[in-house]
Amino acid sequence: MSHHRIAIENLGFTYPDGTVALTGVSLEVVHGESVALVGANGAGKSTLLLHLNGVLMATEGSVVVGDLPVTRETLPNIRRAVGTVFQDPEDQLFMPTVFDDVAFGPLNLRMPADQARARVQACLEQVGAWHLRDRPPHRLSAGEKRRVAVAAVLAMSPDILLLDEPSTGLDPRGRRQVIELLRGFAHTKLIVTHDLDLAVELCPRAVILDAGRVVADGPTNRILGDDALLERCGLETPPSARPCPRCGYGPADARV
Amino acid sequence: MSGGHSAFDLGTLDRLGRGTSPIHRLDPRAKLLVTFVFILAVVSLDKHAVGDLLPFFLFPMIILARGEVPFRFVARKIAVVAPFAVLVGIFNPLVDREVMLRIGEVGISGGWLSFVSIVLRVVLTIGALLLLVATTGVPALGRAAERLGAPRLFVTQILGLYRYLFLLVDESQRTLRAYRLRAPDGKTPSWRLFARILGQLLLRAVARARRVYDAMLARGFDGEVRLIGDLRFAGRDWAFLVLWIAIFAVLRFLHPARLLGDLLLRGTP
Repeated sequence: MSHHRIAIENLGFTYPDGTVALTGVSLEVVHGESVALVGANGAGKSTLLLHLNGVLMATEGSVVVGDLPVTRETLPNIRRAVGTVFQDPEDQLFMPTVFDDVAFGPLNLRMPADQARARVQACLEQVGAWHLRDRPPHRLSAGEKRRVAVAAVLAMSPDILLLDEPSTGLDPRGRRQVIELLRGFAHTKLIVTHDLDLAVELCPRAVILDAGRVVADGPTNRILGDDALLERCGLETPPSARPCPRCGYGPADARV
Repeated sequence: MSGGHSAFDLGTLDRLGRGTSPIHRLDPRAKLLVTFVFILAVVSLDKHAVGDLLPFFLFPMIILARGEVPFRFVARKIAVVAPFAVLVGIFNPLVDREVMLRIGEVGISGGWLSFVSIVLRVVLTIGALLLLVATTGVPALGRAAERLGAPRLFVTQILGLYRYLFLLVDESQRTLRAYRLRAPDGKTPSWRLFARILGQLLLRAVARARRVYDAMLARGFDGEVRLIGDLRFAGRDWAFLVLWIAIFAVLRFLHPARLLGDLLLRGTP
């Protein structure tokens, strides 16, 4: 039996001010899958993400992570199983130094100090940031912040990784480093992104949200090659899913 | 990127705090305690004390030199608060006119003595505090305070405040720049507008606090912030602590300046 799955059933959510964010969303992500969740601004992507780590609770429909429904009682288990890398690393790195920040999660799990220290080192080394351990977060570059935020989440050894716009605000090299880092993870991944090229690179499967509904769910190459669909949802075909402008050779040919 | 040019120059203080001088390498608890005792000794002297205060300059001067802190930096920061000290003491010479000290023909009143004493004390205490932060850094000080028994909630608040102060400074600078770029005559904002800008900043800070809290919850926050305590009190920390406290005790209770003065006066009848 796999604990690394997400099952969303008919989820609906309306914000207190009356804005309908999600309507009848159903989605299943299985063990080891890497799924891109794409959609225009305000399509409900982040709201959906917040339901998966229990920051928001389902008021309509249900969310099951592993074998547990996301409820107030299961929250500690859900939060251990699901690691969230938030959109703005400034929100996520709240401790005085990188080391303390990565240690925050393990210590909350009541891990003994020695073990926590080893865990922090392992996770920082994994993202290539061990040399930054004594720095305060405001002394890091955008790419370093993002990598440290990922390490802080890895330190809780989650089964499932949720990533909200992991490439926003990064220069090409920083973006490339984050992509290669994420490619190396065997976790079940759900990546919210506008960066459709990143989706093509990392996720075999893509889901499009539009105005709070799932409007497409399938192989990334097929979905992100469908110009009419993307246009309707306020998106644009990424270069990597387009045929070559010179010779006309495209992703569609590659798959044959 | 971070607010290196803010009014209080947090960026420089923060950079200094991560130095590697012999003073930086001392245990933060030793430095915190010594500075605390220093301030107690300085403020508890008699209100007309001037001569007794002067030997206390030994401590900040040694920390300044051994801690590799630029003198100009400390001097500038003290200059910022000096007007307040002057303001506090400025009326003393008018109120207290009794002559307490004669140098040749000139009589110096108690008011003038207490005025100079207040200014000296401000320079000493503010200087010592600045040097403490510049040779230790706020994160290490927070850790030290916690280990010495300060309430954990309070320490967490201070550290959080320090962490997000930099962002707040950045954000206010961006907002002000956005204002300036669209203010044709480049004049400073009116009070009404300034209040509105502050309101904007507050709303943004509240929204960020919400997101930070969500991020803390997502990593299992249960109301208590835990730190791995990596502090080790070594021999040189003990030496630093005991030696300085002994020196302060001598300066505070035995008044060596006065003794020296008496000795010299007796030598020349």
